[in-house]
Amino acid sequence: MQVLVLVFINIILAISLNLVTGFTGQLSLGHAAFMGIGAYTSAILTLKASIPFLPALLLGGILAAIFGVIIGIPTLRLKGDYLAIATLGFGEILKIIELNLKITGGTVGLRGIRQETNIWVVSVAVVITIFIIYRIMKSRVGRSFIAIREDEVAAEAMGIDTAKYKVLAFAVAAFFAGIAGGLFAHFYRYINPNSFGFSRSIEILSMVVLGGMGKISGSIVGAAVLTAAPELLRSISAYRQLIYGILLVVMMIVRPEGILGDVDVKIPIQRKLEKLLNKNS
Amino acid sequence: MALLEAKKLTMTFGGLMAVDSVSFNIEQGEILGLIGPNGAGKTTCFNLLTGIYQPTSGEILFKGENLRGYKTYEVTKKGIARTFQNIRLFGAMTVLENVLIGQHCRTKTGLFGAITRLGSVKKEEENAREKAEELLKFVGLLEKKNEKAKNLPYGEQRRLEIARALATDPELLLLDEPAAGMNPQETNDLIDLIKQIRQMGKTILLIEHDMKLVMGICDRIVVLDYGKKIADGTPKEIRENSRVIKAYLGDPD
Repeated sequence: MQVLVLVFINIILAISLNLVTGFTGQLSLGHAAFMGIGAYTSAILTLKASIPFLPALLLGGILAAIFGVIIGIPTLRLKGDYLAIATLGFGEILKIIELNLKITGGTVGLRGIRQETNIWVVSVAVVITIFIIYRIMKSRVGRSFIAIREDEVAAEAMGIDTAKYKVLAFAVAAFFAGIAGGLFAHFYRYINPNSFGFSRSIEILSMVVLGGMGKISGSIVGAAVLTAAPELLRSISAYRQLIYGILLVVMMIVRPEGILGDVDVKIPIQRKLEKLLNKNS
Repeated sequence: MALLEAKKLTMTFGGLMAVDSVSFNIEQGEILGLIGPNGAGKTTCFNLLTGIYQPTSGEILFKGENLRGYKTYEVTKKGIARTFQNIRLFGAMTVLENVLIGQHCRTKTGLFGAITRLGSVKKEEENAREKAEELLKFVGLLEKKNEKAKNLPYGEQRRLEIARALATDPELLLLDEPAAGMNPQETNDLIDLIKQIRQMGKTILLIEHDMKLVMGICDRIVVLDYGKKIADGTPKEIRENSRVIKAYLGDPD
């Protein structure tokens, strides 16, 4: 059960990063930082302000989204490698802030967070996340994201305010990463800055790349495989980081479109789901 | 009043004067050709008109309004659309989606609307699809609407770019070498298409090297050479202009 909860949290993280990196084409290496903002915010709110879990969780997501906008506006003018480096720097800065603030508990982190997350809560969160991202991607907004990835100059010439839409993608992705962080904090009941560092960002990126960039179903599969495998095969979990590294390199060379391939593999249930999602709300 | 007035447009890149004090007008409803040898500054002119570059000096008036400071997407919304010399379609998207993107600036759905998908949002999406299909029918690509844009043959990609530009509902359409790489049959079809677009009430500015096309459909032609305007007149006048002949063929001496 514990593995399944972690799988679901990682699905939210992977889908949200996919929105920025897979669909909008902006490589972010700091996604875990948004997760950290959500985790610390919600944990501090429930722990020290005795705010109920759900509002605390949402506030964590909203604060992460605000940070998404704040770092989005100056950095999204950057392209490719430069954006990646800037987001990486952002992640590290945030980690240092978390290490040094009193309210975040410094290196010790926060302990004794209420146990609020269970399999039902994460299931609902995953379903809502998939629903919202799916709806966005099948709309004018989602089309604009993909157009930016495909050709930014042409997108701008077609009337898309590319800067605005890139910030929007960042903000939405940060919101869901923040939610995932809040779920994470209230499941493990203990967080410290190392939970949200560079290696976590790479882990999420690996899930996106493994499943296939720009595919929601890919992120689900990628997150499930990369979370479950090391947990189930305890003997390899020590080599986790090594495996992620090798995986990224191998995937890029052998199968850059992800394990699901170029065709969006549709399992029967997915077709039914899509029908349901496309129906009126 | 002219639809668009370019007044003493100048664009320098470092020490290079790509466009040097060029002035011209585009009248409502006309087809204006912009020609000149390679490197004459034609595409730079396009990039100035569409806000990709801001002119070093000079101004552009569109329907009397100065375009200085407007970003490309704002210029598009004001009614100037373009195609690209080196085709820039959204390759991984379908033909239909490419045209839908063209309607971005004429539609409104935001994040909230996308998630809730209320009645008005669905209606807008339906209308957009209908209009996209009409445009695809117009350029003869309706049967291919579900194919990926990158899988279309070259000539069809050029036509799709025109459909996508038309989807922004422009008053002024800029075509950057629309016949490049087309065979004679495709070029003839393109000439018909451009004439039909003019009949829709659009004004057209086109860059083209294919002289048959330029001489055949342009009402007026502006000739650039080394960033300067060297001639401006009807196709007949341009054909007989000694400076133009010299620019293209060199000095006989």
